[in-house]
Amino acid sequence: MRLAGPLTFAVAIILSLAGVAHSQEKPLREIVNSFAEARNFNQTEEIVAELGATGDPAVVPVLRALSEGDLHVRKSDNQVFIVSGRGKTLTIIDPLTGEMVGEEGKRALSKIRVNNGLRRLIRDTIGGLALGSPDPAARLRAARTLISNPDASSLPAIEAALEKETDPEVAAGMMRARAAAILVSERPDAEKSEAITAVAAISTQDALSLLLGFRGQATGELREQVDRAIARVERVQSYWAMAQNVWYGLSLGSVLLLAAIGLAITFGVMGVINMAHGEMVMIGAYVTFVVQEIIRTSAPWLFDWSLAIALPLAFLTAGAIGYALERGIIRFLYGRPLETLLATWGVSLILQQAVRTIFGPTNREVGSPSWMSGAFEIGQLTITWNRLYIVLFALAVFAVLLFVLNRTSFGLQMRAVTQNRRMAAAMGIRTPRVDAMTFALGSGVAGLAGVALSQIDNVSPNLGQGYIIDSFMVVVFGGVGNLWGTFVGALTLGIANKFLEPYAGAVLGKILVLVFIILFIQKRPRGLFALKGRAVEA
Amino acid sequence: MTGHHRKTSVAALSAALAMSFAVGTAKAEDTIKVGILHSLSGTMAISETTLKDAMLMLIEEQNKKGGVLGKKLEAVVVDPASDWPLFAEKARELIEKDKVAAVFGCWTSVSRKSVLPVFEELNGLLFYPVQYEGEESQRNVFYTGAAPNQQAVPAVDYLMDVEGVERWVLAGTDYVYPRTTNKILEAYLQSKGVAPEDIMINYTPFGHSDWQTIVADIKTFGSAGKKTAVVSTINGDANVPFYKELANQGIKAEDIPVVAFSVGEEELAGLDTAPLVGHLAAWNYFQSVDTDANAEFIDAWHAFIGDESRVTNDPMEAHFIGFNMWVEAVEKAGTTDPDAVIDSIVGVSVPNLTGGYSAMMPNHHITKPVLIGEIQEDGQFEVVWETSGLVVGDEWSDYLPDSRPLIADWRAPMSCGNFNTETGKCGGKGVD
Repeated sequence: MRLAGPLTFAVAIILSLAGVAHSQEKPLREIVNSFAEARNFNQTEEIVAELGATGDPAVVPVLRALSEGDLHVRKSDNQVFIVSGRGKTLTIIDPLTGEMVGEEGKRALSKIRVNNGLRRLIRDTIGGLALGSPDPAARLRAARTLISNPDASSLPAIEAALEKETDPEVAAGMMRARAAAILVSERPDAEKSEAITAVAAISTQDALSLLLGFRGQATGELREQVDRAIARVERVQSYWAMAQNVWYGLSLGSVLLLAAIGLAITFGVMGVINMAHGEMVMIGAYVTFVVQEIIRTSAPWLFDWSLAIALPLAFLTAGAIGYALERGIIRFLYGRPLETLLATWGVSLILQQAVRTIFGPTNREVGSPSWMSGAFEIGQLTITWNRLYIVLFALAVFAVLLFVLNRTSFGLQMRAVTQNRRMAAAMGIRTPRVDAMTFALGSGVAGLAGVALSQIDNVSPNLGQGYIIDSFMVVVFGGVGNLWGTFVGALTLGIANKFLEPYAGAVLGKILVLVFIILFIQKRPRGLFALKGRAVEA
Repeated sequence: MTGHHRKTSVAALSAALAMSFAVGTAKAEDTIKVGILHSLSGTMAISETTLKDAMLMLIEEQNKKGGVLGKKLEAVVVDPASDWPLFAEKARELIEKDKVAAVFGCWTSVSRKSVLPVFEELNGLLFYPVQYEGEESQRNVFYTGAAPNQQAVPAVDYLMDVEGVERWVLAGTDYVYPRTTNKILEAYLQSKGVAPEDIMINYTPFGHSDWQTIVADIKTFGSAGKKTAVVSTINGDANVPFYKELANQGIKAEDIPVVAFSVGEEELAGLDTAPLVGHLAAWNYFQSVDTDANAEFIDAWHAFIGDESRVTNDPMEAHFIGFNMWVEAVEKAGTTDPDAVIDSIVGVSVPNLTGGYSAMMPNHHITKPVLIGEIQEDGQFEVVWETSGLVVGDEWSDYLPDSRPLIADWRAPMSCGNFNTETGKCGGKGVD
């Protein structure tokens, strides 16, 4: 059973390359319908192997549907169909022609069950069929699968495919697949020596594990060569690991920046210890959830735009709550930090429990738009789209805030009020209004952060709690009252955390960062970028 | 609204509030009280609120059938607010003040450990419905969730035998359940001939949300040419970002399957499961199990909660079993007196939801089938493997040297939760 995979794979490649189709004694439909008789995973596996052995590209959609759990048996006549749709009635499609046959109740159909082993087998089988595919991208994918799962028995098929290959990129991929397969084959040493050079040039983790596996059986000169190759690949890998840590640090730093930047305004600029800051973030995330729910039920085609729609709404909702909070509670407590701390902490509990009552205590599903899912690779660096967009978004929010603070009249008034309240009032600035608007701005920015964080974290009533400590840490470390301090502080802490994590582990890493900040604050109580002048003394 | 009106309405409101709290004491003698000790606020509310609702449903159904011993049951709900010391206070309040006959509650192991002395001192009864790390057996506690041998060990066996896994990542949240479970698993894997360098153990703080480095490490660890799997004891909230990161970094179940012990239908409800198809979970119950008893239970649940999209999960089934066991033991003893119930409940056997019967064993653990399920696109699990029979919960692990000789038997004359078979004395100590 375990051998079935590689063998069918090889047979499938050979057959598909030879262009054999429809020549088998048993008609395709009969094999497909035999899925109805499979009693366990082993029997299903045998049928998949049989389908793969036909080498007919027509089986690819059948196998794909099986792998995705869309292949069903109609109980009344044991016919096998591909189904689509959700709910109580499903559309049934002919598995071989792809034509719609009609509709069927869910209870009249039974799903053909698959497990991981089957999915693996199907992936390899489809991969084998794809080496002869007319689509160069599919051929390249098949070659890449072969590098990760090298198999000596597929060597003749790869070489045959290589001869026919015209696309240089695909040919290079196949050359590498061939080299990988040679390392696990019985070919002569000269060929293996060439293969080592070729595999070492790939320099990926896959290549390293292939070379490490080969090292055990290599002797003499070949052993020396493979040792050198391993050292080289390991060196390349260590550079990439470094780059990866920097990227992870930037990405964590941007999350910290987003969470902290609203606090940099309410705490940093206004001096209000706002313990409900995390809940503003949570509210932003719940706004995203509500927007997506409405889109799902009434306008599904808008889904990819859901985050763009949620952004202004989250800003306004969190901003409005912040405004009400300032007018209703905080303005009575200016200059009394302890009372402010306790009152806002109480508000945070009220907001949490309110959300729990309205939306329930369980996590809510916030989906990712298609353009934010998945990852791409730069060299050996895997960069996930959602993280990249969050980094860009954090930078954009930071830039806009900087602009508002330094280049608009509202920003000017805000700075005037925080630096010298009485003088500002004497100049005709309505200081209470500026206070309320500043607090609303800080809260609104926290709401924006919530939209972004809904993409990487739980949307639950506890969302905010996880960020409140980190946010204060960043603002205090960066220097109270300075946006640039928050920026540098967030990125420094993010990168420091990610460089510590591989050595110290996630738990100890976090503790070390905290200890470092405490020591740092002892040395520089005003943080990285201390404000100077009379404003500080006021 | 005039001042006078406002006063009266405030008075009416507080009277209504006082009434709702006083309901328990008003009816006094003609009902049997059942305590529900689950967090309805704070971090654990996410999991425990559902269990409170499930208990209310079970009690309501029992009352429709005529209650117990001819008396109606009455639920007393308290909120320990995810605060461990508060669990002990609330437990005391339930037993001393409300005089409940039994308590159904707790989720985390710390909350259970914090109420243990209270139940011992006041001689109460606690039914604990969540899978836990074992290494404990207490006279006043009935463990209706899985012990490690009813969940973790069979899951590892499945991965080893069916998926051919040779390299293991044991990833968990940093607290008692994952640490003890991983200790047992590490000993078990090494006894099966897995080399120490093929085991990677990783702990993360509660609510960890940045999984980039760890997922990348798992990817690297898994590309050493041997089939690799992740055994996850990651708790609650941290799972969503973990699975999101797995999906985003393209780790498919076909390459590196993740088997989780704390992820059920409820946890998946907040996730897009399409990229997670094939990752596994080991439980004693799945909502997708196709039996009449389960269909009936799900229908009753949907009717009670008024929402067709709410899921059922393993701890709910554990409460279902535990509650029915308690009802039967009380009927058998003819009284709700804790000592009588403790004596009569051992050996009681009630139907579970997976088509069999679960029995209370002398060690206060129950027999259960073990199911391995793969995550499906609709957020449900599909059973890919199950034990042929029922597995008896083993409180003292056979794979840890200190607890191997210990057994628990609460029947007279032994009546001991940690009897050391080597020294012949009661009072052994396993792993803390």
